[in-house]
Amino acid sequence: MKYIASIGLEVHVQLKTDSKMFCSCRTSFGDKPNANICPVCLGYPGTMPTMNEKAICYTVMTGLMTGSSISNYSKFDRKSYFYPDMPKNYQISQYDMPLCVGGSVEIESDAGARSVALCRIHLEEDVAKNLHFANHSGVDFNRAGTPLMEVVTEPDMVSPDEALAFLLALKQILQYVGASDCNLEEGNLRCDVNCSVRPEGTETLGTKSEIKNLNTFKGVHDALAYEIVRQVEALQNGERIVQDTRRWDVDAGATFQMRSKEAAHDYRYFPEPDLMPVVLLQEQIDTWKKGLPELPGARRKRFVAQYGLPEYDARVLAGDREVADLFEQAASFNTDYKSVSNWIMTELLRHLSETGKTVASLPLTPKALADLVALVGGGKVTSTSAKEILGELMAHGGDPATIMQARGLVQVNDSDELSMFVNEAVADNPKSVEDYRKGKKAAIQFLVGQVMKQSRGKANPQIVAQLVRERIDAH
Amino acid sequence: MTDINTLTVSRAARMLQGGECSSEELVSSLVRLIQERDGQIGAYLHLDEAGALEQARAIDRARAKGNVDPSNLLAGVPIAVKDILNVKGQPCTCASRILRGYVSPYDATDVARLRECGVVLLGRTNMDEFGMGSSTENSAFQVTHNPHSLDRVSGGSSGGSAAAVAADMAIAALGSDTGGSIRQPASFCGCVGMKPSYGRVSRFGLTAFASSLDQVGPITKNVEDAALLLEAISGRDEMDSTSLDLEPPCREGALRRDLKGIRLGLPKEYFVKGMNPEVEAAVKSAASLCSAAGAEIVEVSLPHTEYAIAAYYIIATAEASANLARFDGVRYGFRSDRAEDVLDMYENTRAEGFGPEVKRRIILGTYVLSSGYYEAYYLAAQKARTLIRSDFEKAFKECYALLAPVAPTAAYKIGEKCDDPLEMYLGDALTVPASLAGICGMSIPCGQTTDDLPIGLQILGPAFREENILRVGYAFEEVLERAGKSEGRGV
Ligand SMILES: [Zn+2]
Repeated sequence: MKYIASIGLEVHVQLKTDSKMFCSCRTSFGDKPNANICPVCLGYPGTMPTMNEKAICYTVMTGLMTGSSISNYSKFDRKSYFYPDMPKNYQISQYDMPLCVGGSVEIESDAGARSVALCRIHLEEDVAKNLHFANHSGVDFNRAGTPLMEVVTEPDMVSPDEALAFLLALKQILQYVGASDCNLEEGNLRCDVNCSVRPEGTETLGTKSEIKNLNTFKGVHDALAYEIVRQVEALQNGERIVQDTRRWDVDAGATFQMRSKEAAHDYRYFPEPDLMPVVLLQEQIDTWKKGLPELPGARRKRFVAQYGLPEYDARVLAGDREVADLFEQAASFNTDYKSVSNWIMTELLRHLSETGKTVASLPLTPKALADLVALVGGGKVTSTSAKEILGELMAHGGDPATIMQARGLVQVNDSDELSMFVNEAVADNPKSVEDYRKGKKAAIQFLVGQVMKQSRGKANPQIVAQLVRERIDAH
Repeated sequence: MTDINTLTVSRAARMLQGGECSSEELVSSLVRLIQERDGQIGAYLHLDEAGALEQARAIDRARAKGNVDPSNLLAGVPIAVKDILNVKGQPCTCASRILRGYVSPYDATDVARLRECGVVLLGRTNMDEFGMGSSTENSAFQVTHNPHSLDRVSGGSSGGSAAAVAADMAIAALGSDTGGSIRQPASFCGCVGMKPSYGRVSRFGLTAFASSLDQVGPITKNVEDAALLLEAISGRDEMDSTSLDLEPPCREGALRRDLKGIRLGLPKEYFVKGMNPEVEAAVKSAASLCSAAGAEIVEVSLPHTEYAIAAYYIIATAEASANLARFDGVRYGFRSDRAEDVLDMYENTRAEGFGPEVKRRIILGTYVLSSGYYEAYYLAAQKARTLIRSDFEKAFKECYALLAPVAPTAAYKIGEKCDDPLEMYLGDALTVPASLAGICGMSIPCGQTTDDLPIGLQILGPAFREENILRVGYAFEEVLERAGKSEGRGV
């Protein structure tokens, strides 16, 4: 019998706010333990939460990007359970009235493009981190109270590949909104996944398992792949699936039961009396809507239509908001769009992937990039020299023409100046000259290369080739 | 010379401004009396003699240099603070073993506001543990005796603050009121005690018992002082999202000794069976005095009053069960040393740290929030709360303020109700409705029993109309004094 999987995700997204959800402590990663704490985020007696408006804004903007309906009235609730990483032993979260309801995310996998339905998006506070030592344990409260946005999908995906595609699409949206750095190493995105299988042709979902706390996309994919096989095998062996909560053990490559449903917590949710309900006026929502960036998919299509870029280029550029912004800004100074795209897709993206930097962190301006592409296009500089100039622009910024002059990289188009190099090359390489004469046309490339080398990349290769041919033919 | 311990805030202010006494003298005199008398009463948990003297001297120096604004009547006045409000660098035990050793790292907003006025913080007063109780017998450390009769309770939970003021061991005090915890001890001890409307005063720094009900308020020797303190602590606080941005009640508008033409309601449900007849008579005669002074007295009905106790004990305990979860031995306060693992540590810390009444309420609150019971208890209580609020709204459409007893009895004997929590809860029946409705209320002395125990009159006003109850209270003080003189005895 064939089985179909149903997969749902709960993605916890650490938002990129300057301060914590309910106090003014800094949110930052990697500080020494308990450096960013105050009586509020430590849950001291008498302290009260105050709302971080920016976190509300990011959540609503994410909801607008996914077509969720934004609640004009929502509220926060207390979720009670005891654990040392919880300063108050309750977490302020949203229970029955989240900020965003419904919506969907477009995904693309090998199975094709489709849309994954969202259940809700809500806001809550992150917990602290327990640290375990030889003879004692400690708690680092730096993370306690960091704004956490939870995106919950319907059990709408059918394969680990689709789950992965969803995460990539969500990440793209979050980066477009600027809501999160989406840095997985820093735990910016953490997933709980639930998964069930049912025989093909049946409608009712099978009994689900929940796998907690996956913090890599690969972990989500692998854990699901394992879990689907586990459940299918169990059913084929005539066993029953019990609803439970499991953890993924990377080293073992398997999931293990943490607790069964019977042992589930009763969180005793009730409305947080220390916070007023969140009332969002339509005007406010509209203002945020106006500030929304274009969705990656829409931008990709526009890049093809507006700039005449190939589908491949448009996909790569639109995939990263900063890269796409750089392209569009540069394209406003230089209408040779394809060349601008080429320079970004090759040299710039390679530089980013080699250095791990982001576009925003480079001193390169869109105008400088556009000017550089124009210098190449206008025959003022060879592409070899242009690479050197771009390297300088990405390292220290500046104006490409100025760098070109300062480094003497102006392309040499003057035949008289080049003849000297050509004569030298022909004289020094009789073998290649002979080859050319015998009809091996490719030999000319070697001779041109020698001239380029001698001119330190500044010679205009078309003119050199012409001169070499003339020189050999003349003798 | 006047015994300076008996001064009210406004009279102390005049003497301090006129140079008739210094703040240091005032503090020293109060400290002497506390050392002499508090052994019998037990109002203070922590007297900060050194700190108070230092603050007093600083104010005296500032005044000598002309750096104290004459309109600031609180500068240099020593005030006691209930041990539930955080004062930086001071313990804040909430009369619980579980907060033993805790030193507060910050000032409650109300405390900071008093400090800005130059108020001298004298010490921390006793209370029922975490505000849970009506007699201050639930303190983990000591019982506070009623200064009018030492074998009787001071009321609660702000019993220490009320007893300190009544025994002249503080010029005034701050308390907190969740279901009557300011009004009832004020009534038992013969003080003025005001619970402001919910949202009038910041709760930041007030250790939470029931967050949707708690309010900080003054316990004083007269209505004028209550108005003065309220003005100092009220107003929006960015640290408390539930505090409102409102002008403080207008003191001049409120304090004008005039009842002519205003309508006062007597809620018939507040004169319950089993009420002490002397209490009932005192309150009714207070109404007659108001009538004689020009007020119109009408009977009103608050039909959902009977649900108040049940609704209150569900909502308050539900909120408390979450609010008190943070006391777990992990970060501050008491931690049991009998523990094998984390769960053990939680259980033993809380078992040893909390008193029986606190445990009872945490268990009750945990129960009413549990899945399967939430709708039947918590949601039903919220519905009752809405009905109680609308009862008051209707009554206040007709009435400027309401007059009622504070409690069915005057102060009872220590130990008398300890074994019967339910009877103790019923004693709150007349104060919790105002708390549930979020309106303002005040207790003001209106007579004595034949045993010379004080009886309080409860004046209730619409939400954020503290002016109304201050005006009625201020006028009533004078009416009562005149009536006492004509009967040939002081009050
Ligand atoms: Zn903080």
